[in-house]
Amino acid sequence: MNSETLEIRAGAAPGERASHNFDGRRLIALVRKESLQAIRDPSTILIAFVLPVVLLFLFAYAVSLDVREVRIGVVLESDGVTAQSLAAAFAGTRYLKVTPARDRREVADQVVSGKLRGFVVIPQDFERRLASQLPQPLVQVITDGSQPNTANFVSNYAQGVVQTWGAGRSAGVPTAAIQLEPRFWFNAELESRRALVPGAIAIVMTIIGTMLTALVVAREWERGTMEAVLSTPASVLEILIGKLLPYFALGMIATLGSAALAVFVFDVPLRGSLLALLTLSAVFLIPALGQGLLISALTKNQFLASQIALFSGFLPSFLLSGFLFEIDAMPVPIQTITFLIPARYFVSSLQTVFLAGDVWSVFLPNLAAMAAIGVFFFAIAKRKTLKNLES
Amino acid sequence: MSTHPTTDGGGTQDQDVAVVVESVVKHFGEVEALRGFSADIRYGRLTGLVGPDGAGKTTLMRIMTGLLVPNGGRVTLAGFDVVEDNDAIHIASGYMPQRFGLYEDLSVMENMRLYAQLRGMDADQNTDIFRSLLDFTRLGPFTTRLAGKLSGGMKQKLGLACALMAKPRVLLLDEPSVGVDPVSRQDLWRMVQALTDDGMAVVWSTAYLDEAERCESVLLLNEGKLEFDGPPQELTDRIKQRSFRLTGVSDERRAVLSQALDLGTVGDGVIQGDAVRVVLRADAGRAEIGALADEVGAILEPVQPRFEDAFIDLLGGGPGGTSALAERMHAVELDSDIAVSCRDLTKCFGDFTATDKVSFEVQKGEIFGLLGPNGAGKSTTFKMLCGLLKPTEGEAHVVGHDLRRATGAAKSQLGYMAQKFSLYGLLSVRQNLEFSAGVYGLEGASKSQRIDEMIETFELQQYLSTSPDSLPLGYKQRLALACALMHRPPVLFLDEPTSGVDPITRREFWTHINGLVRKGVTVMVTTHFMDEAEYCDRVAMMYRARLIALDTPDALKRVSRSDAHPDPTMEDAFIHLVESADLDDEARANAKVAA
Repeated sequence: MNSETLEIRAGAAPGERASHNFDGRRLIALVRKESLQAIRDPSTILIAFVLPVVLLFLFAYAVSLDVREVRIGVVLESDGVTAQSLAAAFAGTRYLKVTPARDRREVADQVVSGKLRGFVVIPQDFERRLASQLPQPLVQVITDGSQPNTANFVSNYAQGVVQTWGAGRSAGVPTAAIQLEPRFWFNAELESRRALVPGAIAIVMTIIGTMLTALVVAREWERGTMEAVLSTPASVLEILIGKLLPYFALGMIATLGSAALAVFVFDVPLRGSLLALLTLSAVFLIPALGQGLLISALTKNQFLASQIALFSGFLPSFLLSGFLFEIDAMPVPIQTITFLIPARYFVSSLQTVFLAGDVWSVFLPNLAAMAAIGVFFFAIAKRKTLKNLES
Repeated sequence: MSTHPTTDGGGTQDQDVAVVVESVVKHFGEVEALRGFSADIRYGRLTGLVGPDGAGKTTLMRIMTGLLVPNGGRVTLAGFDVVEDNDAIHIASGYMPQRFGLYEDLSVMENMRLYAQLRGMDADQNTDIFRSLLDFTRLGPFTTRLAGKLSGGMKQKLGLACALMAKPRVLLLDEPSVGVDPVSRQDLWRMVQALTDDGMAVVWSTAYLDEAERCESVLLLNEGKLEFDGPPQELTDRIKQRSFRLTGVSDERRAVLSQALDLGTVGDGVIQGDAVRVVLRADAGRAEIGALADEVGAILEPVQPRFEDAFIDLLGGGPGGTSALAERMHAVELDSDIAVSCRDLTKCFGDFTATDKVSFEVQKGEIFGLLGPNGAGKSTTFKMLCGLLKPTEGEAHVVGHDLRRATGAAKSQLGYMAQKFSLYGLLSVRQNLEFSAGVYGLEGASKSQRIDEMIETFELQQYLSTSPDSLPLGYKQRLALACALMHRPPVLFLDEPTSGVDPITRREFWTHINGLVRKGVTVMVTTHFMDEAEYCDRVAMMYRARLIALDTPDALKRVSRSDAHPDPTMEDAFIHLVESADLDDEARANAKVAA
């Protein structure tokens, strides 16, 4: 062997130090690389910063679960004064927009075509029924069952109007010894925005944590850079942590941004502490990132990864977390499934921290559940990501 | 664990041996990628890992670099077992995967620093190593440029620089020359030469058989088996005095090739410019080919055997010379002698000009080749000519139809075979045929008759209900050709028709094309196999969006003849043309500065 060869063999020396299982400098190099990529990739910025703002605005303004100005018909078949005063009571509420009619056929067509959500019939014999001592219905309420929530609201509210009207007629005479005066805690105005905006933060975090992570790891497989990195002494643990740290930071920044928007733009109070909010978010990112990592380890393909992230991350967070639809109202089997969705714990914690305050008795079990799901995801992801190309 | 393998890690090994492969077996499900062979790779040498796509080259590369685990046998690299001492493998070896493994969002310097740090090198303390690597790869002026903005050749050099960090003892390059123009490829050979002179073991995998001749030692793989292990010269020596050239047949060369290939004593034959090149079978004697030469009035002369000749011979020779497809085609009649023409054809994407004022005319019954490095604009030009892209300026005609106005009429006159065959994997072979017949407007009896004809010609009966994805490569190509020819177009466009195809399938393909051309079909083809350009009647060379040369292959080669290259190949001609184009550009730039 000539001398050059020996020199090259000696060149392996710096590598010897590097053969440890975990090396801080390699990790820093990987984190640096990932951060530079994230900053330079316009789609990352779009997903991490533009999308949350759009979503928050959507949930704050466009989506409203509050029922206001529901269009109904009021069919006045009776010419009596009392009947007319009841019709006027319907017209006078701020929650209903009334289309008056004399014949129920006029409004029935409009319910079919969707122009009205239902109608109330004040029958011809209204005065006789009112005077009668027999417990028989005063009015008939017909609702559009294809929109169950609104239908419920219309029928309940119509009953309320009739009762209030009845109470008003016998004014002066106390009709009941006990008077109910409802108070809504935490969201006194019952504005859905206040519950939706904190929930939307959970959706944003799912997108960043799961979708973005799944995409960026899959991209490395697609572009062949993963193969190159795997052929260096870097360990799987370094590669995975190097991937996650920047997106963890990105997720936290997005949380802070969303919280600031919620408080300063949408007037959602933050009654709990910032520390609690950040702790909750940080712990939620464990299952979110873990899920993203698992998806990308299984698919290695950006298109599939984004589809799976959509169906296993985004949609369940959207539908099954109690963000839009109350979990208690779901059928029992579905309710059971919601326990597996990390966003369920996060949404309820977020609503508590924003609207109620630091209630650690609520947070602690939620934190434990999120951490447990996260550890589960990571354990599988680590097992599925080998330090080679076998799959 | 000791990290000094040569003294105590490897045990019985020879000091010179860098990689030991011992009856290695690897399968992916049903597919056997490596079928159990042994070989040694030595330090201080360039070893070519040669074979067609799917031969098992990448699988072996990945096993050597510790990224795949063999199912059987054992591989050691620098004395370390690739499975048991996996960590040590990553230090002892430098690996450049296909597509170079670069981060496109990172700059040249950032990519280099990343790989340096991953390989345990402190970038700040090793500025001299960085400087020497930048000098070596001539990337010095581009350190801040993003890797995604580099040309193919520069990416390849950066990939090499990253793989060379921390001085590996074994350098593994997986298809480093794919997507790289011949000029950059030349540069890479120079760099690799310097590395092996320093004692490094370099493994270079390639599907280009002409590259094998430049390696000191070759491992020739085919279908997972090792067909040959040794210096390439040794293989070509086996077919000494069996390679011949028939010259003086220029007008009749396709007919002569076809006749020659049908002779029992001829194992292989290709067209080389104006000549026909044949390889005789072992112990065949030159009587038959001599008789043919006399008959057609050709001069028969012996030539140096090439590595590809030997490879085909090793596999038992190429296909015969008669194309069943062409036999069935009717002779093409056209009103004019010009099948395809374009004038000042220009395409801009934003402020980037992909094709810049390209003009040429293609005669009826001609094979016209478009050659050029990736990004030279040949695909853009090609797509405008078959009506897939609208030109920004200039005009183009196919069989007299203006492509800007009568795109539909022009399209019905051409058959198009896209890269990678573009067949529908979810449809069966028959459904693919029916779809292409339908899409070209064939109906009823003529449709089913044409489909049956194609099935018979290409012998597709046994595969009719299978998916094209599971077809053998050769049949896949036949099917793609059948689909493109269903409506008997007078002009056929072939976009990189033979990339990723083994040499025997390529020969079969050219037999069909030659047959079609003899019936008067005009063929437009892009290719990056330089030797395939020899099949063309005329070749247009594109470089930086411009047409830098247009002539017959022989004339192009003649221009580049020099003392250093007395018998230049197409590749030499290409390098020469590109370099003179660069010099012209420089001179013009200097003149501008001077003025």
